Amino acid sequence: MFRELYTNTGKLAGFILRKDRIRLPVWIISIVVFTFLIASILPDLYATGADRQIMAETMKNPAITVMLGPGYGLDNYTDGAMMAHFMLLFSAIATGIMGILLTTRHTREDEEEGRIEMIRSLPVGPLSPLAATILNITLANIVISLVVGFSLYSLGLEDMDLGGCLLYGASLGVIGIFFAALTGLFAQLTSNTRATIGYSFGFLILAYIIRGIGDVENETLSLISPLGLILRTQVFVNNYWWPVFLTLGISVIIFGISLYLNSIRDLGAGFIPTRPGKRNASRFLLSPLGLSFRLQRTSIISWTIGMFILGISYGSILGDLEGFLNTSGIIQQMIPEGEGLSLTERFMTMLMTILSILGTIPALMYVLKLSYEEKRNRTEYLLSKAVSRNKVIGSYTLIAILAVPIIQLMSILGLWFAAISTMDDAITFNTFFKAGFVHIPAMWIMVGLAVFLIGYFPEHVSLTWLYLGYAFFVVYLGDMLQLPDWMSNLSPFGHIPQVPIEEVDITKIFILVLISIVLTFSGFIGYSKRDIQG
Amino acid sequence: MAILKVNNLIKKFGNFTALNGVDLEVSQGEIYGFIGPNGAGKTTTLRILLGILKATSGQATIFGMDAWKDTVKIHKRVAYVPGEVNLWPNLTGGEVIDLFVKLRGSNNKRRREELIERFDLDPTKKCRTYSKGNRQKVALIAAFASDADLYILDEPTSGLDPLMERVFQEYVTEAKKEGKSILLSSHILSEVERLCDKVSIIRNGKIIESGSLEELRHLTRTSVVLDTKEPIADLGKVKGVHNIERKNNLLYFHVDSDQMDEVMKYISQFGIIKLEVAPPTLEDLFMRHYKVDGGGH
Ligand SMILES: Nc1ncnc2c1ncn2[C@@H]1O[C@H](COP(=O)(O)OP(=O)(O)OP(=O)(O)O)[C@@H](O)[C@H]1O
Ligand SMILES: [Mg+2]
Repeated sequence: MFRELYTNTGKLAGFILRKDRIRLPVWIISIVVFTFLIASILPDLYATGADRQIMAETMKNPAITVMLGPGYGLDNYTDGAMMAHFMLLFSAIATGIMGILLTTRHTREDEEEGRIEMIRSLPVGPLSPLAATILNITLANIVISLVVGFSLYSLGLEDMDLGGCLLYGASLGVIGIFFAALTGLFAQLTSNTRATIGYSFGFLILAYIIRGIGDVENETLSLISPLGLILRTQVFVNNYWWPVFLTLGISVIIFGISLYLNSIRDLGAGFIPTRPGKRNASRFLLSPLGLSFRLQRTSIISWTIGMFILGISYGSILGDLEGFLNTSGIIQQMIPEGEGLSLTERFMTMLMTILSILGTIPALMYVLKLSYEEKRNRTEYLLSKAVSRNKVIGSYTLIAILAVPIIQLMSILGLWFAAISTMDDAITFNTFFKAGFVHIPAMWIMVGLAVFLIGYFPEHVSLTWLYLGYAFFVVYLGDMLQLPDWMSNLSPFGHIPQVPIEEVDITKIFILVLISIVLTFSGFIGYSKRDIQG
Repeated sequence: MAILKVNNLIKKFGNFTALNGVDLEVSQGEIYGFIGPNGAGKTTTLRILLGILKATSGQATIFGMDAWKDTVKIHKRVAYVPGEVNLWPNLTGGEVIDLFVKLRGSNNKRRREELIERFDLDPTKKCRTYSKGNRQKVALIAAFASDADLYILDEPTSGLDPLMERVFQEYVTEAKKEGKSILLSSHILSEVERLCDKVSIIRNGKIIESGSLEELRHLTRTSVVLDTKEPIADLGKVKGVHNIERKNNLLYFHVDSDQMDEVMKYISQFGIIKLEVAPPTLEDLFMRHYKVDGGGH
């Protein structure tokens, strides 16, 4: 009986591996190479113990703790301690994202597309697809752990011993495994791909936020979050292995639950129930715009609330930061100069850029929904009616464009609420507002780029995500890694004036808006000229 | 009057030529069958007619307007049902029908209710829970509920049960009576045979046969079952006789339609006991075309 449930899991795993023969190596190589590169340049950036100690002082700052996690070994800031502090959280998030995307692809997405049905009609056990998927991703993460571990060790850095290097690798790998298992669970609970991805990323973001608040306010809170937990390995400082094993144990339990749920549910079904709906469409639905809004309503509402919460959680550290900045001198090195401005205000600009980049995610989702619809042959219904192509692409674009200021407003409100309740000398709403809204042109450029790709290169729309990831990386770690200016200039966010430190340059803003308009409209032209897949 | 005209249509996907000079002409009030094996280019042709794909060269016009340039104007009077109906999982069937009807620009509440009843659809269910046939019904109801002049149907009945297929045929016939035109691509040859005035057969991106069923039959062979008093000598040598088989003392063979007269004169000399003559079915026609040159696919 037990064996039958898992018949041919091995062969299926081989098949999944074949389907991922490009994707998986790209993930693994990117993560490994990225870690290796950073580890090899860090010792040059901060060459002497004194350099590192100066850096350590600035890193004691609660804002940094929220962003990167608690600094361990700040009193003796070795290369290893620094590497772990800068990179562990982010690399772990990367393996987490890999786990989410790959698991969804082989579980709920294959099921929704009817491919699992084909496979299940063969002599394959009912639990084999899920088991084979998790098996593969687990193996991939073990590979990542080992290769990252040994390649770090091969650098031969003084403060990075083999045990520490392997622990660093294992910390990344185990987060990948955890999020694969978790996504496997959501693939059982929900009944469609978007919901699976949505819940999984929602959990990842929640884990990040809880860890951020916990790291500053309350250690126990951080332990609830898998991302907080994994930082407690204190790699290269104390090298604790228990967080790795604990996370692994929890992953196994989650995996067991999802296998159980998989075994008791019908193919194609989920556990979050579907209710009978309306007999007639409301008047609001009866247009391409109404339709595209309706299809994304849940996502729009959740992101609006989510960005507000994210704003609050970032804002809640502004009070702590105020106290810290007033007593630390070295920090000025990190934060741009500005006359007559409080240090918190200066720090706020960076925060605003990060929130804007995160707020671009939903805007991109809303416009890229069109390409998802095309892949599922659903745009042809609209285009075979008396609906022009401009109207179809326009509806999705409009929602994305309008979402941008609304989302900005929500994160600004969140920041501001938190600021007035935690700061003695609170930043005014006006300052937040300007600093936030000045980013809108860059966000629109990202939307414009997506529209452009939909118009001319529909197979490559996911490049927008890569570009957004790049923009995020440059802002988040650019200063610490001392990246050259041209790297930040490659991102539209690099051209946004850092209000209130810099003046708003109207011409520059105008040019950015113009670029976004040109991209958007040329995308419209491309879209109305090309073949539609369905 | 030609409502729909396709002239030397060519469509390439990269190096692959999906359509290689397709011609079609559908007149007002006509039901036009479009048949051909898998991958022959039916869906591609229909999608070009709908302005979803752009032709590499050649003309496609509907109501005298260009299918690529005047899509919106044309689509106000066209209803389309795709073969693979893939609906939004979290909208109900009723919502989708309303949306489709509205986007075409007409609205006839009573007809919508009638269709829902005739096709026996529960419009309050979410589309994710519909079976293939039920999804197809949603598209069919939306198509027939709107007041179109031309219906483009791409294998619209591949998931319907025989009862529903009957309902479908009634609506098609009714549309024809109202002077509307229908372009119907289908693999169900009996359906095409029953409904269509004219048929085109496409293979490898080329129309290989076109015309009314009568005309097409004329091009082909009639099957004959024969019993005679005296054994027939040398039937195989008669011009126009093919595929002779003998079973239970009966002779089965095919006759070229234009040689019928000669063949009848010849066999009558042997004293006919029994003679059954059947016109070729569309299936015979189809098989014949595909089997030539090894069947194509
Ligand atoms: N977007 C595309 N890119 C490349 N080739 C395509 C594309 N769309 C269709 N084709 C090819 O064009 C040919 C014609 O396809 P089409 O869908 O028109 O066939 P069909 O006659 O509708 O077949 P079926 O009866 O199976 O529905 C097929 O060989 C198909 O593989
Ligand atoms: Mg087809």
